[in-house]
Amino acid sequence: MTPYKRKTYWNAPQMTAWERAYLPEILRGLAITSGIFLRNMGRWLTGRKGALTTYYPEETRADYAPRNRGKHVLTQRPDGKPQCIACNLCATVCPAKVIEIEAGHDPADTAHPKFPLRFEIDYSRCVFCGLCVEACPEDAIRMAKEVPGLPAEDRHQMWLTLDEMLHWQPQRDVAKPYPATAASSTTDGDRSRP
Amino acid sequence: MKQDLLVHAVFIAYAVLMLITFGTVLTWVERKQAAVMSDRIGANRAYIRIPYTQIKLVWLGLFHGIADGIKMLVKEDFKPRTYDAVAYAVAPWVVFTPVLLVFGVVPFGGLLDPGRLFPALAEWFGGRTYSMQIAKLDAGLLMVFAFSGLTIIGSMLAGWASANKFSLLGGLRAGSQMISYELVMGLTVLGLILIFGTVDLDAMVRQQSGVTLGFLPAWGIVYQPFAAVLFLTAAIAENKRIPFDLPEAESELIAGYYTEYSAMKMGLFMFAEFIEIAIIGALFATLFLGGYNLPYMNDQGFSWPGGGTWALSHGVVVVTQVLVFLLKVLVLCSFQILIRWTLPRFRYDQVLAFAWKFLLPLALANLTLTAVLVWSHHTGSPG
Repeated sequence: MTPYKRKTYWNAPQMTAWERAYLPEILRGLAITSGIFLRNMGRWLTGRKGALTTYYPEETRADYAPRNRGKHVLTQRPDGKPQCIACNLCATVCPAKVIEIEAGHDPADTAHPKFPLRFEIDYSRCVFCGLCVEACPEDAIRMAKEVPGLPAEDRHQMWLTLDEMLHWQPQRDVAKPYPATAASSTTDGDRSRP
Repeated sequence: MKQDLLVHAVFIAYAVLMLITFGTVLTWVERKQAAVMSDRIGANRAYIRIPYTQIKLVWLGLFHGIADGIKMLVKEDFKPRTYDAVAYAVAPWVVFTPVLLVFGVVPFGGLLDPGRLFPALAEWFGGRTYSMQIAKLDAGLLMVFAFSGLTIIGSMLAGWASANKFSLLGGLRAGSQMISYELVMGLTVLGLILIFGTVDLDAMVRQQSGVTLGFLPAWGIVYQPFAAVLFLTAAIAENKRIPFDLPEAESELIAGYYTEYSAMKMGLFMFAEFIEIAIIGALFATLFLGGYNLPYMNDQGFSWPGGGTWALSHGVVVVTQVLVFLLKVLVLCSFQILIRWTLPRFRYDQVLAFAWKFLLPLALANLTLTAVLVWSHHTGSPG
């Protein structure tokens, strides 16, 4: 039986005697890590952060893009009613099928007799694609750039209700004053966001 | 007699409390230090809510240790169907107990004179003095090695009794690794024993409060800088932490001899590991860094190398010594954590080769050199 011969590799590390002596290289490594430690501790003690991490949800980044598709907002008419006419176009186009609308009938409001009794979005499944905003014929749903309060303890708490979408960041639909006038209903191009 | 009992009860309570606090706080220190070292923030989500309010105390994640403890306590205590249930149940305690016992001979302060500290009790104490350690044994260092050797049995017992191949491999690794490094550790300390001429840790610390070469504090690290490095290396290897955590190498052995342990039995192993960090710190401080004394300090106060002295009252000295000891231990613990989060793990053959081919010859050379120097010193100067 031939004695075991250790295989040699073409890329076996070539170490100098200095590196083989363990201690100098170990000290160099320790100097690097302790240097980073001291630098970060210095930043901590002077009130800056040592890490790039953002403490979401307590902190949000300031550099969100202005066109970021964030939390949904339902626009209101001047009297505070939702602009939504419960046409279900958004719920139809939604690829994640997260929008649930229950329509109500208000015969007193002749211009918009149909209105949403319930308008709910399941944020545990929403993909933030923005198709609902594009599909809406009434500019009733928009997306703000922030997403506050997204984390929840369980998925049943992640349903966004009509009330929250109307009121967490109320937006008036300036393009469509109510009651609708002939002049305003034709100027569809100017939909500046407040 | 009653006085002795009281004082030693206080010492024991202090030591146990200190070790357990260290064991708990070090989990937090380890997390946070590792995080800061690697540009992270570290665990900071566990909180305690003040009842009936929405005020949540986070305190930089200090409560994660408590959360861990509660988790360990309420988890299912899974028991494998092993042939040796007794050894399986006993093993964590065999690891944990010697770690606590080692601290029994480590002095955490100088001479305590309760009569001078509390004049009202002076009559009762009748001038008795105590050196601040639990057991003042002449064989101090020998006891340290005797008890730290016992933890090997615990690890191997855990490996054997778990009835698991991975545990067995881990136990075997732990046994061979710890025995190898135990040897190196003993040989490095022999040099100090030659120089100080004693194995009593308190006497060693007293000798280190002097001055050598005119101005340097007579610390062990000044006499034996080489042995200090070797000792610390061997001690970290004894504790089986990265870069020497081969017995539990999770990428190869799941968790080594911990594999079949769960709940608080596992917690005991981890707790023993963290307490051992503090013990290594305490031993290193005692042997090489002048123990509980600041440089140039002794039980009376400071005596500067130039010849001047600065006498301090007994109370100030006692408090300073206790605090200095804690500080030294904390810094050394932090240094060990720094090593643990900096160096990558060895391969197993490298660990044993490192012990037998690198550390052992160096330790022997160091010992020989020390012996020759001590011998020439003693023959050169009579007396």
